[in-house]
Amino acid sequence: MTHIASTGLLSNVSLQRRAHNIRRKAILMGEVQGQGYVGQALGVSDVLAVCFFHALELRAEDPEWEGRDRFLLSIGHYAIAIYAAFMEAGILPEEELETYGMDDSRMPMSGMASYTPGMEITGGSLGHGLGIGVGMALGLKRKNNPALVYNLMSDGELGEGSTWEAAMSASHHKLDNLIAIVDFNDQQADGKSTEMLSSEPVPDKWTAFGWFAQRVDGNDIGALVAAFDAARDHPGRQPRVIICDTKMCKGVPFLEQRDATHFVRVEPDEWAKALSVLDEEIPA
Amino acid sequence: MTAAARARRYEARKVPETRQATSAMIASLAAEGYDAAPAPFGHALSDLANTDERIVGLSADLSKYTDLHIFAQKHPDRFYQMGMAEQVLMSAAAGLAHEGFIPFATTYAVFASRRAYDFICMAIAEENLPVKIVCALPGLTTGYGPSHQATEDLAIFRGMPNLVIVDPCDAVDVAQMVPEMAAHDGPVYARLLRGNVPSVLRRHKPDYRFRLGKAQMIREGADVLVVSSGLMTMRALDAATELARDGIEVAVLHSPTIKPLDRDTILAEAGKGRLLVTAENHTVIGGLGEAVAATLLRAGVTPTFRQIGLPDAFLEAGALPTLHDMYGLSTKAVIAQIKGWL
Repeated sequence: MTHIASTGLLSNVSLQRRAHNIRRKAILMGEVQGQGYVGQALGVSDVLAVCFFHALELRAEDPEWEGRDRFLLSIGHYAIAIYAAFMEAGILPEEELETYGMDDSRMPMSGMASYTPGMEITGGSLGHGLGIGVGMALGLKRKNNPALVYNLMSDGELGEGSTWEAAMSASHHKLDNLIAIVDFNDQQADGKSTEMLSSEPVPDKWTAFGWFAQRVDGNDIGALVAAFDAARDHPGRQPRVIICDTKMCKGVPFLEQRDATHFVRVEPDEWAKALSVLDEEIPA
Repeated sequence: MTAAARARRYEARKVPETRQATSAMIASLAAEGYDAAPAPFGHALSDLANTDERIVGLSADLSKYTDLHIFAQKHPDRFYQMGMAEQVLMSAAAGLAHEGFIPFATTYAVFASRRAYDFICMAIAEENLPVKIVCALPGLTTGYGPSHQATEDLAIFRGMPNLVIVDPCDAVDVAQMVPEMAAHDGPVYARLLRGNVPSVLRRHKPDYRFRLGKAQMIREGADVLVVSSGLMTMRALDAATELARDGIEVAVLHSPTIKPLDRDTILAEAGKGRLLVTAENHTVIGGLGEAVAATLLRAGVTPTFRQIGLPDAFLEAGALPTLHDMYGLSTKAVIAQIKGWL
C-alpha cells in the first residue's frame, strides 16, 4: 500500500503539543456544559493527536474531499474529544467552542453526521462503526480509491456481537484498508470494562479473527506513531487493529484519581483548576 | 410458560382432510390460475445494474432465497456475500452507500425487522442513506412457524423515520418497483415475493404500472371498497370476481406503498359510502389496516371499517393453504368475511 504525503495538517507543532491543545479545548467545552465525557477526551487526546496530525490524510478546508482518509467515530459520546481535534485541525472554527451542546450548535453531545462537518457517521449506538467501516472499505476498493478507513471504538464495544460480525467480515473480505482503533480505558457505564464483560485477551481475539493486531500505551505518542505507521505499512492483506491502553482523565491528576470516571463529575470551580494543572506542563 | 400454553403443548393438531406438506415458500401462489414470472426481482436488478454503475447487491447467506443469485451470476464483482450476519449486512450496506453506491441488501423479513433493526435505524435511516432492503417471506408466506413468519414487520418498520415501505402484489410490482426504489433518494424496505411469482394485476387492469407512493384502483365496485397490499390484493381481486357472481360489487384499491401512504387517493375512495375493508398479509396491529384507519379518522372520513389480517398471535406451522384458510387470508376466507359484514 502506498502512503501519499499528507496534504496540509503537518506542521512544526509537536504531536505532544497538539494533544495538549486538544485536552485544553475539551476542558473548555466541558466547562460550557458543566459536564461531559471529559475523562474519555483527556484519555484519548494522544491517540487523536496522532490520528489527525500524523496518520490521517485530510484537507481541513474540504472535509468531504474524496481522497481523505475516513475517520469514523463509533463512540458518539466521545464527540467532545473529536470536536476538540477538529478545532485543532482547523476543520471547525475555534469560536464555536462555546456552543458545545447548546441548542442549534453544530456540536451536539453525541456525534452525528448531519450536524458537524467532518463527522463521517452518526455514532452512539455502540457496535455500529466497525460494520459501517467494512462497507466503506469495500466501497473504496470498488472505486480504486487508496484512502484508508479508521474506526475509533471503545473497549466497551467489544461486548457488542455486531463488532465481531464486522471483525469477521473485514477479515473475510481482506480489508487491508480498514484500521480499527480501540480506546481501552477499562471504563464503562457500570464500572471497569474488564469486570462487566471481559474481552481479554484482546489482541489474541483480533488475531484469531484474522486481524493484524498491536497493543500499545495509548498515552505514549512515540509508541502510537510507531503503531499507526506499522498498521498502515503492514504488508498483509488483512485489516488492522491498534488497541490503545489509555488512562481516563490523563493529564489532570486530581481527576485521574476520581472513581467512576465514565461520566466524570467536575465541580464548577474545578474546570479552571483542571486547566491550570494541565498548563503546568505545556509541551514544546 | 403459561398454564394455557402448557396445556396446549404437544396437543395433537387437527389433520386437514386433504393432507398437505409444510410449505417453505410462497412459490405455490403461482399455481393459483395466473401466469408466473421467474425471479422478477433478480432479473430487474440485473437489468438496472447494466445501466447504473452504482448498484451493488449484498445478502446474508440468502441470495438464492431472495432471487439475488440472478444478480450475482450476472454481476459477480458487484455482489457481496456477507454470510449469516445481518448486523454487518446492514452496516456494510450503509458504508457502501456512504461511498456513493446504491446497495440492495437481502435477507428474510424476520431477520431484517427483528435482528437488524438498530442497524437499519441508526446506520441507514437516520442518515437517510439510499440502502434498499429487500426481504423474502413477508407475513404468512411460509409454513415454518414464527421463526420465519414476519407477521409484524410492517408494524416494526412503520415507526422508523425516513424509511419508505413497499408491499408488492405480483411479478409486475416486484419488477417495476426496483428502478423506482433505486431512484428514490433514501432508504426503502420492500417485502419480496420470490421464485415463480404470479402476474396478477395486468389480468385485471392491462395498463397497470407500479408507481412508488401511489395507490391505484384495480377494479371498480359500488358495494365494498377493499384497500389492500401485497398478495392480499390478489386475494381481494379473486374474491371480488367470485362475489360479483352473487351480485356483490367489490372495488379493489391496491396500495403497495405502505409508507408514505397515498392519503389523497384513499380518502377520495373512502368517501363514497361503501363498506371499507382493509386486507393485508400482516398482523392487524400496526400495518396497512391501522395506517388506513388513522388516515380516515384524522380526516374525519368514517365509513364502516373492517380489517382482514392475521391475528395478534404466534401462528401455527403447516401447509400454507391450510394456514391461509385458518387465519383468513385465503380467497374463500376473504369472501366469507366480506359476506358476513354485508
